[in-house]
Amino acid sequence: MSGGSNTMVIDLKEQIREILAPFQGRQVVLIPALQAVQEKFGYLPEAAMEEIGHLAGLSANVVYGVASFYAQFRTTPIGKKHVAVCQGTACHVRGGARILEAIERALNIKAGETTPDLQFSLETVACIGACALAPTLRINEDTHGKLTTNEIEQLFPKTSKHEEKPN
Amino acid sequence: METRTNNACKILVCQSTGCLSSKSDKITAALENQIKQLGLSKNVEVKFTGCHGFCQQGPIVIVEPEGVFYTQVKEEDVPEILKSHIVEGKCVERLFYHNPVTGEAIPLYKDIPFYSRQQRLILRNCGHINPERIDEYLATGGYAALKKAIFEMKPAQIIEEITRSGLRGRGGAGFPTGKKWEEAHKAKEQPKYVVCNGDEGDPGAFMDRSVLEADPHSVLEGMAIAGFAIGTPYGYIYVRAEYPLAVKRLRMAIAQAKERNLLGSNIMGSEFSFDVEIMQGAGAFVCGEGSALMYSIEGKRGMPRVRPPRSVASGLWSKPTSLNNVKTYATVPLIINKGADWLRSIGTEGSKGTAVFALTGKIANSGLIEVPMGTTLREVVFDIGGGVQEGKKFKAVQTGGPSGGCLPETLLDLPIDFESLTQAGSMMGSGGMVVLDTDTCMVDLAQFFLKFCSNESCGKCVPCREGLPLMIEIMKKITQGEGEPDDIKRLINLGETIKRGSLCGLGTTAPNPVLSSIRYFEDEWKAHVIDKICPALVCRALINFYILPDKCAGCGICARACPVEAISGGKRMIHVIDQEKCIKCATCLEKCPDRFSAVVKVTGEHITVPKEPIPVGTT
Repeated sequence: MSGGSNTMVIDLKEQIREILAPFQGRQVVLIPALQAVQEKFGYLPEAAMEEIGHLAGLSANVVYGVASFYAQFRTTPIGKKHVAVCQGTACHVRGGARILEAIERALNIKAGETTPDLQFSLETVACIGACALAPTLRINEDTHGKLTTNEIEQLFPKTSKHEEKPN
Repeated sequence: METRTNNACKILVCQSTGCLSSKSDKITAALENQIKQLGLSKNVEVKFTGCHGFCQQGPIVIVEPEGVFYTQVKEEDVPEILKSHIVEGKCVERLFYHNPVTGEAIPLYKDIPFYSRQQRLILRNCGHINPERIDEYLATGGYAALKKAIFEMKPAQIIEEITRSGLRGRGGAGFPTGKKWEEAHKAKEQPKYVVCNGDEGDPGAFMDRSVLEADPHSVLEGMAIAGFAIGTPYGYIYVRAEYPLAVKRLRMAIAQAKERNLLGSNIMGSEFSFDVEIMQGAGAFVCGEGSALMYSIEGKRGMPRVRPPRSVASGLWSKPTSLNNVKTYATVPLIINKGADWLRSIGTEGSKGTAVFALTGKIANSGLIEVPMGTTLREVVFDIGGGVQEGKKFKAVQTGGPSGGCLPETLLDLPIDFESLTQAGSMMGSGGMVVLDTDTCMVDLAQFFLKFCSNESCGKCVPCREGLPLMIEIMKKITQGEGEPDDIKRLINLGETIKRGSLCGLGTTAPNPVLSSIRYFEDEWKAHVIDKICPALVCRALINFYILPDKCAGCGICARACPVEAISGGKRMIHVIDQEKCIKCATCLEKCPDRFSAVVKVTGEHITVPKEPIPVGTT
């Protein structure tokens, strides 16, 4: 990888400022700004807390306090494919817990973790609102319904190795 | 541009979250392409719609004017639909809806019991119009109510009409909408705010999503009428971030309404201006609570506050605010158009109008339904829902989400309204209705809800923050076969304390699923605590898997599939599960071929099997 870490931090800050520019002077700021940054990076880099704090006239502490309250926000990077397994009521009674276990086994990570090669990250969500298709999951924007453990094997073939770190 | 004949046929394809998950967008594209290729463009129009509510049968394709209802359509079915149905006039029978109980094929939308027994007011346009085109909403008479409100009515008259209609908050609490508007109208302070609660956090409920995705203008029109009645140009709509499609369609709807001057400054040339801003939630269930939701819009942690003052006096940014649910707003234009008496003629004495339920779980027909208040649970579960799936036995129906309760078979004839459900120990809530069969363990389910609420507790009130984890600890013991005789009493005590000592709706209702479950299913609880068995065969510590020696053919499929290598065997050897290693994932039970069915799941029962694998046929 080229470029020193300082240049990278500056780049990051500039990128964040660019994302935040449209929020200047608006009344509803904090959460939409956090969402915009996460949308871009997949998580909230530390620098974002400070920059959003500047924008909203708050300390980075307060911004972090808000970010940590809401389940949507993450402070660690996610995988290329972000898998959200629904554990809502309808999915629960139709075997959602076993679907989650099957994915955990296939990817060899637990919910809340990311594979070392950064290909997959796994989280549980309370409900994606597709209850009639339970059990369900979402990979990035795509919803998959009426899942069986067999389908999990097809969606996440065991042969794929996710142990290696990316170069 | 090509012109279409008047009696043209229309092909409607559902493109809401459910059907999109089974690739209905590809069906639309294939239809459009092939219609062009076949030169049918003049006679056939493809249009996509929002949710029909019958997501389980999706993707759904309807051919109008006949109203033929095709289910579970795949992209590969498109040539046949066009050739057979459109060109030759012969319906594609294999794609008809089949009654899950009788197996009977039902070709027409209007004849399917799932729909014919509903009364769809809030869902009136869902599945019938393209939510991304304002003209289609206008063609159904859309925005006529707003016009009438602005030009023919005074704010007080509107409020009077809403009050007299008996409309109550469809978010679940059932507060009279007219009363809320009246107080917000009378409040002196400015500015005021109209807020729409679309933070549908209840797991098992998706009606707000469906309405926002399928008919966003009905909600915007309702909000604008509220703005006019209360006297404010400011509207906010708070939608869960988990609903990206709803947000997208709302954005489009707001932009289109502004273009037509139906939102924005000086609406339809009047003095009244009203604008709506979308705020996306960030994944906190507690933000469904009014004061927490408003803090969240303000950019704070969503922690409910002590009331009074109520939000109509001091809400968003401490200004007078009227907060109503998506479905409440969607009902408003109907009342303005048809009058209060019309809504009063539907429903029960105390609860007027209809209720929308998300019918899910172990039900034959799952989806979104709307029925008049006062309809019985039996009608909903058996007549509309088609009964329990796979012919199993009905055990209970859970209503009201994590704050609700489980109602047993003996209460099936209960007419559903706000009061009756509360009296029975459950609640209307946002309208989730999860049907449970005998394979569902009531203790496990109660624990599930409790864990959910405990995770979502904001931490402000000690009884909720500390009490719920304590209840979970006790329930963990019970499901692991370590329950003590007094544990059930302890749970009831703790539950009552949490209900009394918490501030907001989350804490005051979180123990409900446990309390109602103990109230109606005490035997099952005692089976766990005293006999250490799980009659529904769910709680893992209380069940075992065995391979029956006289049925095992030694094929080895189970051993290869076992994720923890707990099964030993070999070719033509009777396989044996190591009970110490077994994690009870049930993979072996699923993988064992039907013709052998050698794997069994039992509770409180020991089955004699060989200690080591022995050759098949030696037992």
